[in-house]
Amino acid sequence: MATATKPEPTRRDFLYIATGAVGAVGTAFAAWPFLDQMNPTSAVLALASIEVDLSSVQLGQQVVFKWRGHPLFVRRRTFKEIADARAVGLSDLPDQLARNANLPDTAPATDANRGSKAEWLVLVGVCTHLGCTPTVSTPGSPQGEYGGWLCHCHGSEYDTAGRIRKGPAPQNLAVPPYSFMSDTKIKVG
Amino acid sequence: MRIALALLAMALGLSLGGAASAADDGAALPVKHVQWSFEGPLGTYDRGALQRGFKVYKEVCSACHSLNLVAFHDLAAPGGPGFTEAQAKAIAAGYKIPAEPNDKGELFDANGNRLTRPGILADRLPPPFPNEEAARTANSGALPPDLSLIEKARVGGPDYVYSILTGFSHKPPTGFKVQDGKYYNPYFAGRNISMPPPLMAGSVSYTDGTKSSVAQEARDVVTFLAWASEPKLEERHRIGFEVMAFLVLLAGLLFLTYRKVWKDKH
Amino acid sequence: MAGHSTYVPATGFTRWLDKRLPILRLTHDTMTTYPTPRNLNIWYTFGGILTFCLGVQIVTGIVLAMHYVPNADLAFNSVEGRIMREVNYGWLIRYVHANGASMFFLAVYIHMARGLYYGSYKVPREVIWILGVLLYLLMMATAFFGYVLPWGQMSFWGATVITSLFSALDQVIPHLGTAITTWLWGGFAVGDATLNRFFSLHYLLPFVIAGVIGLHIWALHVPGNNNPLGIDVKGPQDTVPFHPYYTVKDAFYLSLFVILFAGFVFFAPDFFGNPDNSTQANPLVTPTDIVPEWYLLPFYAMLRSVPQKLIGVLVLAGALVTLFFVPWLDTSKVRSCRFRPLMKQCFWLFVLDCLMLGYAGSQSTDAALNFGSMQLPLVWLARVGTAYYFGYFWVLMPLIGLIEKPKTLPESIAKSVLGAKGERT
Repeated sequence: MATATKPEPTRRDFLYIATGAVGAVGTAFAAWPFLDQMNPTSAVLALASIEVDLSSVQLGQQVVFKWRGHPLFVRRRTFKEIADARAVGLSDLPDQLARNANLPDTAPATDANRGSKAEWLVLVGVCTHLGCTPTVSTPGSPQGEYGGWLCHCHGSEYDTAGRIRKGPAPQNLAVPPYSFMSDTKIKVG
Repeated sequence: MRIALALLAMALGLSLGGAASAADDGAALPVKHVQWSFEGPLGTYDRGALQRGFKVYKEVCSACHSLNLVAFHDLAAPGGPGFTEAQAKAIAAGYKIPAEPNDKGELFDANGNRLTRPGILADRLPPPFPNEEAARTANSGALPPDLSLIEKARVGGPDYVYSILTGFSHKPPTGFKVQDGKYYNPYFAGRNISMPPPLMAGSVSYTDGTKSSVAQEARDVVTFLAWASEPKLEERHRIGFEVMAFLVLLAGLLFLTYRKVWKDKH
Repeated sequence: MAGHSTYVPATGFTRWLDKRLPILRLTHDTMTTYPTPRNLNIWYTFGGILTFCLGVQIVTGIVLAMHYVPNADLAFNSVEGRIMREVNYGWLIRYVHANGASMFFLAVYIHMARGLYYGSYKVPREVIWILGVLLYLLMMATAFFGYVLPWGQMSFWGATVITSLFSALDQVIPHLGTAITTWLWGGFAVGDATLNRFFSLHYLLPFVIAGVIGLHIWALHVPGNNNPLGIDVKGPQDTVPFHPYYTVKDAFYLSLFVILFAGFVFFAPDFFGNPDNSTQANPLVTPTDIVPEWYLLPFYAMLRSVPQKLIGVLVLAGALVTLFFVPWLDTSKVRSCRFRPLMKQCFWLFVLDCLMLGYAGSQSTDAALNFGSMQLPLVWLARVGTAYYFGYFWVLMPLIGLIEKPKTLPESIAKSVLGAKGERT
């Protein structure tokens, strides 16, 4: 079969191209609702942000709330817990980044970078290894060697600033976006 | 659909009736037709009417009627009353929502009252009664229907609800017996309605200075309830206009393509 | 006409694929080079439109099923509270699905009417017709199950009325009907168990429909398409390749259909609906008038036209079963009503009859038409309509073929399309 050079697009070809293009654009616009419907609904988004009343949390205690489907650890630290956290050098930490959504990604994991007020530690209670909920360590019932949390699934241990110290978890417990609305109320998310 | 078929029958010179159609046998009057801003293919909601209507619902209707499918965050959503998120949050906080069990697992306080917490944006509007039986007890055995879909659930929609709300001013014709505990309303099937006249001139004081006559209050709450039944109406009309324009363009191009392809074959 | 495949794979990959799964060959033969009569008109585009409708229903249905909860306490809220208000574009997808069902039936009725008018059910296309009737029944079942799912008042009571029809069998064999309805319901009345199984079946049947459509098109491709003249294709001068001629024609008419569809979805989404279905199902309160969706109204009218329950059910079943026999009921040797002056009139009367039955089915049982001071109860309209329906198939179709004098058929499709210059391609 003889090969022919491709002829210049005629007016007829332009019509076919135009129709095809309009059809393709229409199909793309029509497809969008089917993809977007899988995104979180307005009801889920309405719960993306919660207000937490801190007055129920005693000194040295943790209260667990629910935020975006995950446990939220709100811990009111004692002076000793704060001092212990501050005494740790950055080079002793397996994960040296703050993992604080309120700070830039590169912020180092100093105790000050783990919360805006030293007394209050607000963390997402999901172990950064495989997602179990770590158990809080109290003087009456110590969990792990660092006074923070112990994850019973695979033995990850966190300190009193929620930073990973020992075990398979690769990162510090995450600090969610939050801000103080008053001395006794924070808005998370 | 049934209305369309009835219109077709009328066009054929026939009229449709039940067994008899005298006016004072208890058959309801046809609804009053009112012009609504949200009527028609490009209708939209009047923001002021929605906000005033919400006030009427809140201060008058919500004593008996729930609005179960509307959430506080919907009040701040586009296409709706247009409250800001802060305003909607304040409105929510003014409501008492039945609380989740407390740390001791309790739902009631020492006096047997249901424990409550202030509303948040994510909550839906709480019903005035905890269940159907309580609603009936408080309303002499009648159940005030939920209003979330009322204008879709009644033939005549907004016109019907408007007619009912303004229909109480009609006096029953001589000889018509109004049943005990009911009220005369010629727009309601059977003309005996369990709901007492809910609206009075001045029963709601509008913050934007609009005079609150019964007709005005009725208009506003009907507009609000239309939005409650169809919160996506404005988005639907807007996208619909764009889609139709696109489809006409596409149909035109396909027509020209069709003619070109078939030019030599006919 | 099925013939020799002319597909030649052009690249290395397509040659490789063709030896292992000749799907491109199949597409080429059935949708590209497939010889189609050159005189097909608008009424022949509805098969493609129906395939589009099925696709739309399946896609929107699967997406809706991501949010719908098939539980009697939660279903209504999952539709009206969640899908219509909270899911992004949920309102759009639901309206497309609900109105899509109506558009699907509009298209199928036109498609069936085309078959009746042009004699597409006649030799050798009887099996295409029979598969088509089967598809229609599957559509009715799918739509019936689907309408129950939102769990509104009409969903619940429509389900109750239609499933209760089986209890008429108690008059044939004692207790049989009740046993069947209890088995269908999974309880003593329509309830949560019923809803769950209807959801399962509603999800299943569209895929059965898709399979039967495959058989329907396969059966079509054996003799090839009928055409408005009802005369056989005599050679290649009578046909054109399906692509690009009918792909573009189908696409154009589909775009018009979609304009109508979009008109309903965006500007009158509740036109086909019933207000009672915006109220949650209440087993203790019956709506004043229980009606099915519009596309089932003619059969509803036939059912209600007979006061005796069992006979009414048999009339309804008979009306549907009749459709299977059509290829053998029509005795005419001429296919197309274009050349059958008497049958043509009976056909249009039949269409009017279906509309009249639909109207009768939509009104309450005591409704009547008023002519000045006289009254005609609609149930009599329904009876006349039912009589004509059965008469059309069982009396007129056999008789007219024998007594009618058909008009002269053209010599060939090409001659008819191109005039005296017949054989020019």
